[in-house]
Formats: sequence, structure tokens, C-alpha cells
Amino acid sequence: MNDYIYYPGCSAKSNAKHYEESILPVFKEMGLKLDEMEDWNCCGATASLSVDETKSAAISGRNLSIAEKLGKNIMAPCAACYLSLKKSNQFLMSETKKAKKILKDLKSVGCEYKGTVEVKHPLEILTNEIYLKKIKEKVKQKLTGLKVACYYGCQVVRPYTDFDDPDYPVTLDNLMEALGAEPVNYSAKTRCCGGSLTANIEEAGLRLNYILLKEAKRKGADVVVTICPLCLFNLEITQNKIVKKYKNDIKMPILFFSQLMGLAMGIPKEDLGFSRSLISLKPMWEKIGDGGTNE
Amino acid sequence: MKIQEKVKFEEDLDRNFVDEIKEKSGCDEIDRCIQCGTCSSSCPMAVYMDYSPRKIMAMIKNGFKDEALKSFTPWLCASCYSCQVRCPANIKITDVMYALKRKAIEENIYPSRFSIPVLDNEMHKILTNHGRSSEVWLMLKLYLKTRNPLGLLKMAPLGLSLMKTGRMGLKIESIKNKKQLRKLLKAVKEET
Repeated sequence: MNDYIYYPGCSAKSNAKHYEESILPVFKEMGLKLDEMEDWNCCGATASLSVDETKSAAISGRNLSIAEKLGKNIMAPCAACYLSLKKSNQFLMSETKKAKKILKDLKSVGCEYKGTVEVKHPLEILTNEIYLKKIKEKVKQKLTGLKVACYYGCQVVRPYTDFDDPDYPVTLDNLMEALGAEPVNYSAKTRCCGGSLTANIEEAGLRLNYILLKEAKRKGADVVVTICPLCLFNLEITQNKIVKKYKNDIKMPILFFSQLMGLAMGIPKEDLGFSRSLISLKPMWEKIGDGGTNE
Repeated sequence: MKIQEKVKFEEDLDRNFVDEIKEKSGCDEIDRCIQCGTCSSSCPMAVYMDYSPRKIMAMIKNGFKDEALKSFTPWLCASCYSCQVRCPANIKITDVMYALKRKAIEENIYPSRFSIPVLDNEMHKILTNHGRSSEVWLMLKLYLKTRNPLGLLKMAPLGLSLMKTGRMGLKIESIKNKKQLRKLLKAVKEET
């Protein structure tokens, strides 16, 4: 199956609009058709799994069944959606009494699910050999000189590590290299940003994100590139407080990998959601010498 | 010198607890724990926990039910799965943490004004009612339930910059077929 159905998740419709704004044109440029799933529901993320396992699997089952009816695999750009859908997919096919009951209930409301759908993250789709080659051909404006810290976070590479290493993944680094950027040796690439805890327990949230930003700075990165809306959000909103608390100027733009992809492929930067950054991108524009006039 | 009992002894322990947890998804391998501590050393939140993940494993295996369920540890698990992929005994430690959270909710003994269970509960409620979640309403509910609502004022600058960049939606989005979702959630609640 070459075509995917796009499962945006709640973030891509609110605080991470620039993820959607950049991933859609990039997929189009790559010749991958991408329709948004009709009437998708929230994946439940870590919250539903903490409260009610059965309901968590059932709501994801509804999404999986919508994709199955169309005969398509799911492309989920949000790490939490990706994990929840994958986890529920496995759970529903586990042949346990509980799983069988949920499948029966799904069928009874018109959401029959047989288990044929695969859930993929865009990073996984775009970094196989064929597409990576294609990306190199598509690059119109190399991001020469731009040093990027490739931040994978947790839930794309763990625990379902189908396509990369759980502790030291490289696919995003390879992708950035294909764009002409220079990935730094970012040792914190799979350290946790705190997820939903960061908004809750400030003290811990600031510390975790300080570790990530400080290490990126130390390695000389100009930007941190993420593959998850919550990672991006946490890394952005904690910066002011971190500067104050730790007296360390760790200010750094945080971007979605798809924004840099689009830029390198020659998609107009106005169409890639760069204006949504909470951190100034001026140093970055200066560095890559791209008409930094708009920022 | 008068000696005092410092730890629980056999008569105070709940030896069925390990089996109750093992019934939960992903928890069947818990007996294999060798107390190596790889989980605790991998955990980015361990410094804030009352019991490290390794201790929690030992507590489950040995019947310290109350302590394990009242602990903040499972609620401080950020679900990063570091421990899980590194565990040499292949125990799905993150799943065990989820199981403890659900068990604590079932038995109604979780730390109730602690913001994380409240957040999880509220988010689960919003999305089961509407089919979609909403960050703004979630934060609002969280502040009303767990902290001084005036604390929301401190969030104003962030809210403003999110608004300026078009990254904050004020209304709760809903799916079209809410009826189907409701029917589904009702059906799965019923026992066979």
C-alpha cells in the first residue's frame, strides 16, 4: 500500500498547526497521496491508558476500522497518536478475552476491525532507501551550514522500534543530512521532555527540558528538530523560565522536521508555518542565507 | 534496648497483589525481575519519585499493596518507555506503571488532589464526551480542581503568545458521529 490515510490528532489542529501545514505539502511533493481520515477521534494518549484500558483500545479501534474500510494504512505524525494506535492495534489482535469482546462491540456499532491496518510515523515512511534517494533529488535549496540537533523523543522510537534504534536512532539524522544540513552528535536525542508531566510539575518539566536544550547548545546546534508536537511544545514554552531559573542562555528555535524538509525542497517558506514559532528564527535565516527579511 | 519492627512482616502483606497486577495487560513477566536497577537508572523522573521503579517492582512481588498503590511513582511515569526497552528480563515496566495507575483508580486510593490523575481523568472525560480533546479546557479544569484558579493568570503570557501565533483553539472540537462513540463506550463497559 503506497497511499496512507492521514490521522492528524488533536495537536496538529491546535498548538501544532505548523506540523500539518508542513507535512501535507511535503508528502504531496513526494508524490504520496494523503487524505485526512473522515471523522477521526482523539487517540486518548497517555491519559486514557492511565484511566481505562478497555475504552482506550475501543476508541483507537474506531480509528483503525475507518482506515481498514478504505484499505489504507495510517500515517500519524504525532508520537502519542502513533504509539496509542499501534499499542491498541496490538492489543486488539492479542486474542485475549478482553480484546475479543472489544472487537465484538466495535462490530456492533458499525466499526468492524479485522486487523489489517499498519500504523506508520512519517519519519518511518520518508526515510526508507527509496524515499531518501528521492528526497535528495528533490532538494532545491540545500540547508548548508545549518547545524541541527535531531530530537526523537520517546514514543516514536520506543517501545515499538520497528524502524530505528530505541536509544540511538539515526533516521532523522540521515534525513537532515539529505537536506544538506549538519546533524550534531546529539546525545540527548531520546531523552524524555516530560510529556504531559511538564505542564503539571513545573520543577521537573523545566529540569528535563533544560537538559535537552543545554546539550543542543553545547553541541553547537542552531535549531532543534522534532518529530512530535508535545516535544516541540514543551521545548518552546519552557525556554523563558529555564533562562531565568538556570541563568543559562539556552534560547533556541524548535522546528518540525517537515518544515525544514519543505524549505529545502523549495516550498515557499510562508506556506510552512514558520511564523508560528514562539522563538525568533532570525539567526537561523541569517545562517542559511535565505531572504531572512520576513522574520 | 527495645527493638521495633521497621518493615512489614508476613501478616501485614497482601500476597495476592502480585497476581492482581499480573492479570493486567503486559504485566505477566513481573516475576522475572532480578532487581538489577536498570529501570531506575534509565528513568528520567526517578529523582522525583518516592520509590524508584526497581523498588516498586519489589513491592509488587512481595505484597506491599498499599505502598505501591499510594505511591506517586506510577503517576510520575512520563511514559518514555526507556526502562521497558532496556529491562534485561523483558518486563514491560511502563505497562506495569499503567496497571498500577488503573488499579489505584479502581480502588480509589490514588493521591486525589495531585494534578496528574486529575489531568488524566479530565482528558479522558473530554474525549469520551466529544471525541476530541482540548488543551485549553483541560488546563482550565485542572486549575479549578487542583490549584488556585488565580494561578491561571500566570499562564496569560503563554496564552497570549499562542493566540498571536494562531496556536490556541478556544472551543472544544467534536466529532460528527458522537452517537456511535457513545454507543461503543457503553457497549465495552458492559460485561459479557
